[in-house]
Amino acid sequence: MSRVLEVENLRVTFPGADGRRVAAVDGVSFGLSRGETLALVGESGCGKSLTALSLLRLVPTPGRIEPESRIRLGDADVLGLEGAALRAIRGRRIGMIFQDPMTSLDPVFRVGDQIAEGILAHFPVSKREARERAITLLRDVGIPDPSARADAFPHQLSGGMRQRVMIAIALAAEPEILVADEPTTALDVTVQAQILEVLDGLRTARGMAVLLITHDLGIVAGRADRVAVMYAGQIVEEAPTAGLFARPSHPYTQGLFESIPRLTGPVERLRPIPGTVPSATAWPSGCRFRPRCPHAFEPCGREPPVHEVAPDQRMRCWLESEKGDLRSEK
Amino acid sequence: MRSDGEPLLRVTDLVKYYRAGGLFARPAPPVRAVDGVSFDIGRGETLGLVGESGCGKSTVGRTVLRLQEPTSGQAVFDGADVFALGRAELRRLRRRMQIVFQDPYGSLNPRMRIGSAVAEGIEIHGLAPRAEIPGRVAALLEEVGLDPTYARRYPHEFSGGQRQRIGIARALAVQPSFIVCDEPVSALDVSVQAQVLNLLADLQRHRGLSYLFIAHDLAVVRQVAQRVAVMYLGRIVETGATEALLREPRHPYTIALLSAVPEPDPAGQKRRVVLPGDPPSPSAPPAGCPFHPRCFHPAKSDRCRAELPLLRPVGATRVACHYAETPPAAPL
Repeated sequence: MSRVLEVENLRVTFPGADGRRVAAVDGVSFGLSRGETLALVGESGCGKSLTALSLLRLVPTPGRIEPESRIRLGDADVLGLEGAALRAIRGRRIGMIFQDPMTSLDPVFRVGDQIAEGILAHFPVSKREARERAITLLRDVGIPDPSARADAFPHQLSGGMRQRVMIAIALAAEPEILVADEPTTALDVTVQAQILEVLDGLRTARGMAVLLITHDLGIVAGRADRVAVMYAGQIVEEAPTAGLFARPSHPYTQGLFESIPRLTGPVERLRPIPGTVPSATAWPSGCRFRPRCPHAFEPCGREPPVHEVAPDQRMRCWLESEKGDLRSEK
Repeated sequence: MRSDGEPLLRVTDLVKYYRAGGLFARPAPPVRAVDGVSFDIGRGETLGLVGESGCGKSTVGRTVLRLQEPTSGQAVFDGADVFALGRAELRRLRRRMQIVFQDPYGSLNPRMRIGSAVAEGIEIHGLAPRAEIPGRVAALLEEVGLDPTYARRYPHEFSGGQRQRIGIARALAVQPSFIVCDEPVSALDVSVQAQVLNLLADLQRHRGLSYLFIAHDLAVVRQVAQRVAVMYLGRIVETGATEALLREPRHPYTIALLSAVPEPDPAGQKRRVVLPGDPPSPSAPPAGCPFHPRCFHPAKSDRCRAELPLLRPVGATRVACHYAETPPAAPL
């Protein structure tokens, strides 16, 4: 598979109270291939959304992408682009959809016009042609009666319909990569199933790569090829989906799995991860998961190594390198 | 307290309509948020009330507590006819029926120290002499897993999970026997969600509490509820013991809902029912079965379009479907 995106050592910092900059994303690296879905999983504040925004250079001020970071999109150096060259990437080569479609849609314009606007910005077509393409897109994302719905205002549509419109807008420019940040979190499960189905169909049909940001391991299981688990600004484990679910290796990943209530199997008391996620200003030195980790031992005060625990499965942890296999211990 | 076989709470034929349109707007048909809902909750039992946005599940919880006035119906709580009570009696009853909300931040006064927030109910109901209140508050904070010294802090100093614990401590302060938990863990991260679910289970065991647990997440409900009721468009469409209902769902909506829940298991991916369209508006519910426009039951007929199916026992659950004897398989 050909790599369409390569992120290397991404660091995003914010000014802290004492004048020093605090890294909310700290050394994140991953790649994305054509037609692939990579899920970026983690809890609030782990840096997954900031990572996504960095790809489009949309980190809100006073946040800053540090100079040692590298983001390559094909042969373009995303962090070196300015002005028109940057705009040519935003939306055109990397599309993005957010959790809440209502805040990203303009309430005073008809949805068909909002989609057509994107088409006109990126392609040399007539207004009429743009409208026709917009209607086709609405049909592609599963909106019934698309030519009538194109004339609707956002408030006249349900949450699920609005999210479909957002997807249509993101797809209008035929991007190589779609970044979907919690695209179904605000939606009911039956609507969520519809939207994920639409996204999957479009990915297959267009060979788009999808970066799916989510906190829901259930969605990951059904939709992602690979998973990167983030904790406190770092990727702590990365693996093919089947491998990660069969053999979660990092203690944080294991804790996440033991925290989720399930629909099948015996109902047992949940085993939550103790404590809470520390804020970026209070990340401990060494392994950041150490204070909450049931396996913490002496080396964890130092920065843990990233090492391979299975083919194509890596984790950032001292276990296994110094303490033997974590799984055989349990 | 009565100890016979009577349930702690019995709700019969609860209806809540909202008048639509403003003062000067054209008269519109009412929004039928809850349209004839009946259920029981036993002592120490949890009933899960499940459904998607707008199905009326939160309105049921609030109406039972009379935080909103019902349009009609009856709720009997430990022998008291809740909807017939006068002000003073209702206030006494409120001590025994509490609510925990999804967003604890929205229900805490940002300028009030959390110690005072927890103490408020004890003071209002005169449950302890003044001098004993700080000790009670400390014990409550400890019971919900918070450091008693936190009593002097303000709500903004806490994380979402801690605030939810504060909300629970506040509800417990008046020693209730029944708590409506309205999506208490939906806004929390999974690791914190698990902590709060365990806490609610522990409190139930230690204090013999009954819960009406309102949620959209079936896996969460399975974790806490012995029985479950599934709502669609203001009505209960299926109800029964949680395990039986999850193993052998009979209402097409329950089947669709279950199939839509994403399971954290790449090997066990199931056939999903992708329901067409959105739920209809509760101000203009369809005639007959409220689910018929989206139903995929192969036996769907004119009867479904004309006649409202009533809850009746079929198999292991009670189901409101004319064709519950032959539940459909999840279609592709």
